[in-house]
Amino acid sequence: MTPEKLKLLDHVQAINWNRIQDEKDVEVWNRLVNNFWLPEKVPLSNDVPSWATLTPQEQQLTMRVFTGLTLLDTIQGTVGAVSLIPDAITPHEEAVYTNIAFMESVHAKSYSSIFSTLCSTKEIDDAFRWSLENENLQRKAHIVMDYYRGDEPLKRKVASTLLESFLFYSGFYLPMYWSSRAKLTNTADLIRLIIRDEAVHGYYIGYKFQRGLERVSEEKRQEIKDYTFELLFELYENEVQYTHDLYDPVGLSEDVKKFLHYNANKALMNLGYEAMFPSSVTDVNPAILSALSPNADENHDFFSGSGSSYVIGKAVNTEDEDWDF
Amino acid sequence: MTTSMVMPTSGAHASDVQAEPRLVSSRLIYFSSVSGNTHRFVAKLGLDAERIPLHQHDQAIRATEPFVLIVPTYGGTGGAGSVPKQVIRFLNDPQNRSLIRGVIGAGNTNFGDNYCAAGDVIAVKCKVPHLYRFELMGTPDDVARVTEGLDAFWTRLSQNPQ
Repeated sequence: MTPEKLKLLDHVQAINWNRIQDEKDVEVWNRLVNNFWLPEKVPLSNDVPSWATLTPQEQQLTMRVFTGLTLLDTIQGTVGAVSLIPDAITPHEEAVYTNIAFMESVHAKSYSSIFSTLCSTKEIDDAFRWSLENENLQRKAHIVMDYYRGDEPLKRKVASTLLESFLFYSGFYLPMYWSSRAKLTNTADLIRLIIRDEAVHGYYIGYKFQRGLERVSEEKRQEIKDYTFELLFELYENEVQYTHDLYDPVGLSEDVKKFLHYNANKALMNLGYEAMFPSSVTDVNPAILSALSPNADENHDFFSGSGSSYVIGKAVNTEDEDWDF
Repeated sequence: MTTSMVMPTSGAHASDVQAEPRLVSSRLIYFSSVSGNTHRFVAKLGLDAERIPLHQHDQAIRATEPFVLIVPTYGGTGGAGSVPKQVIRFLNDPQNRSLIRGVIGAGNTNFGDNYCAAGDVIAVKCKVPHLYRFELMGTPDDVARVTEGLDAFWTRLSQNPQ
């Protein structure tokens, strides 16, 4: 394929942040700025003793997972988020994409921080070579890249949201797994920062996708919906193969697949579509879920049974004029 | 219009004087931003529900019946700032605070500790149970659990009046 020139905006006006067309742009910009972080603030070197307790096979798996994630973040930083800029409806939306693109580059770089802290140069080179040679990882990259090159703004947003909200998760599983076993806990803290960012990115791009859908015909909407589910299936099948490549040797593939289903549902919801995978295949290992979020456990919920002995308190009618949060 | 009701005082600035809040009797009150995830979830419940106004210049609402509040959390870094300002404005009305009976949180587990943090903050402040948590616009299972859960909750409350 001949390389195409990246499409740029034809016309740019000075951005005025005092004239806002879509309040979501400001809200998400502020959220992203408040969430800003750098890998240097995470004490990764505290994981050196823990890294030494992993078997050579577990170490190799971990490095391969992280090079796979590095590839996705690199795509999203240098192509994905940038390719969305010419499609933006408001100038503030363009600015948000530049923020997303930069953070993706921070994510990509942070895996190298993990590597340089924990591994030898030879091991790092081997892992990067593996990422070039693994067929399913390369296919995943090619599928997404093809849509970024296409000329359909809505389809680009679908591909981008699926990348942010679905394709990362075969990789994110592993640091959550180690964390649930009290291993590589600082690395897991760093990955949690990435996971948090990807949620905001997926939410925002999915939101802009839905705004875009409102501007097209019913027929077009149906076409885009069909396309979304086709692309998800294509990526899902590839993702299952990729999961087996990585996790079969350690016997975790089935557990990882539940995590994939769970996140595929969330990716669809970010795009405004109903969840597709039934709860019988999205029952993520509770240890993984609580490594992700300590209060995701359903035992926290009053409706789920454990609240039956809860004394329902009467709301207190406070007198404060300014009820401070 | 009930004229005996006390207006919430929000400082002495004359410019802050606003129209009397609109009275609402729904047993489900919710907030949803323009992205509409929580709105979609509530629509799937098929129950009578009232949406908290998005903008400061919109007429405020005031509950007249006990209600459950559904509130989303949009990420954040924990604690302060988790509760949407529109919901704070709503709960700054003492009558609304006196009628809240429970809270349901919406969010995303990707936000870690902050998953459904607004629901936690409100549960503590108002001393009501955090009834349930769901992600984004909720799955069919979430819709079924909340429908059944709310039904059982209101039944239990009516049998054990405080």
